[in-house]
Amino acid sequence: MIPNDRRFLASHEWAKSEGDLITIGITDFAVQHLTDLVYIDLPSVGDELQKGERFGEIESVKAVSDLNAPISGEVVEVNDAIADSLETVAEDPYEAGWFVKIRPSDASEHESLLDDAAYGKVTEEEAH
Amino acid sequence: MVDVRDTALATRHEGLSARMGPFAGWRMPLHYGSILDEASHVRASAGLFDLCHMGRLRLSGPDCIAVTDRLVTCAVDTLKLGRIRYGLLTREDGTTIDDVLVYREPESIFLCVNAGNLARDVAWIEAHLAGTETRLHDLSTSHAMLALQGPRSVDIVRALCSGDPGAIKYYGFGSMTVADVADTMISRTGYTGEDGFELVFPMDRVAEVFDRLMEHGTSLGLRPIGLAARDTLRLEAGMPLYGHELDDATTPVEAGLMFAVSKRFDFIGGPAIQAIHERGPDRQLIGFVAEGPRVPRQGTPILAGDEVVGEVRSGTRSPTLGASIGTGYVETAKVSTALPLALELRSARVPVEPVKLPFYHRENGT
Repeated sequence: MIPNDRRFLASHEWAKSEGDLITIGITDFAVQHLTDLVYIDLPSVGDELQKGERFGEIESVKAVSDLNAPISGEVVEVNDAIADSLETVAEDPYEAGWFVKIRPSDASEHESLLDDAAYGKVTEEEAH
Repeated sequence: MVDVRDTALATRHEGLSARMGPFAGWRMPLHYGSILDEASHVRASAGLFDLCHMGRLRLSGPDCIAVTDRLVTCAVDTLKLGRIRYGLLTREDGTTIDDVLVYREPESIFLCVNAGNLARDVAWIEAHLAGTETRLHDLSTSHAMLALQGPRSVDIVRALCSGDPGAIKYYGFGSMTVADVADTMISRTGYTGEDGFELVFPMDRVAEVFDRLMEHGTSLGLRPIGLAARDTLRLEAGMPLYGHELDDATTPVEAGLMFAVSKRFDFIGGPAIQAIHERGPDRQLIGFVAEGPRVPRQGTPILAGDEVVGEVRSGTRSPTLGASIGTGYVETAKVSTALPLALELRSARVPVEPVKLPFYHRENGT
């Protein structure tokens, strides 16, 4: 089930508006595809993210995948705990498995992301 | 855009929640949820693999033994009826075209070859049949192949066999009715380092046989296993994969495969391989265990101190060792270096410890 309380990139990152911050993670589809997570590289508090650019990477037994920034802004919080507990990302990618919280530099960027229906179409296409 | 074909079991795999992906022109089950779980499960219990994508060839004719003997590095004239040998198809310069299993049948030779090399193996073999009485038959679409691997394999398949599969010795094969399919070729071979069998039988029966094995075997621990876990298992067992440890620029010598080379060197490429073997190859395949959680990937540079001395060919996370492992080629002169070895992995230096292959050897294994 794709949650309808957030928006998405076609590259399977999600961005959820929470007050004046945006929380970022990856979707269940991404997690199912990657399987067996072994490593994650996240930015640090204070780093600047640029929409569309790589902000980190996640590695599974199969491959290393870039993490792409859905929006631009400053990193204000990082979920450090998941680096030692990647199964949290696998088990709960939409809540406990969050990656970073950003203070967005441009509020309109969030609105231009895919909604749950549009992201749903992306996943259907990719499944074949 | 390369056409990707479905094997006859594609809908079965999808029904079992496989994540499908392209491999050697086929749409194959890469995994069914967890590569690590699947690999561990094969070592602990048993797994069923769809190998329909692989190549199956038969050479027949009064001189097929001699013809095959010239084409592969292993001796075929001394291969006994019902026995199998691992060998390589090599060019005049000793470089490898493919690695194969050679089965000695009563009136013919059966070859199991890699999916990705089937077309060129066929072309190479055909090109060398002129002037002989041997004919090549490509059974890759008419016949299916499944593998059942893991310590519970004998227990699982025994009830479905008309003969005793336990009596087939390692690297031997027989013919018996398996899962109601008469004349199934059942070999005590595999690509996992565990006990197990590979079954070859007509393709039109494959869905039925797969279903019978799963129906009968699930309560005994049988699970379907994908290609990613298959790669992890073979790497742990120190077995090469063409396209990684072996390629067009590699000879059996540097790949550490002299055990598969007849010391008569009387096959195509024999003299070249003998010469390289005698003077020593310029590089050697090593196994290594890497520190940390990251997975070494093909092409990753191998360093001795600050100098690049080689590159990774295969890498995975080994559930059996609980570590990241890999293979790679290193300049022979640098193999015994006292300098610490490391990988340049995503802009980090990851120390590695060389280890003798295989990483894993099953107990009571032959």
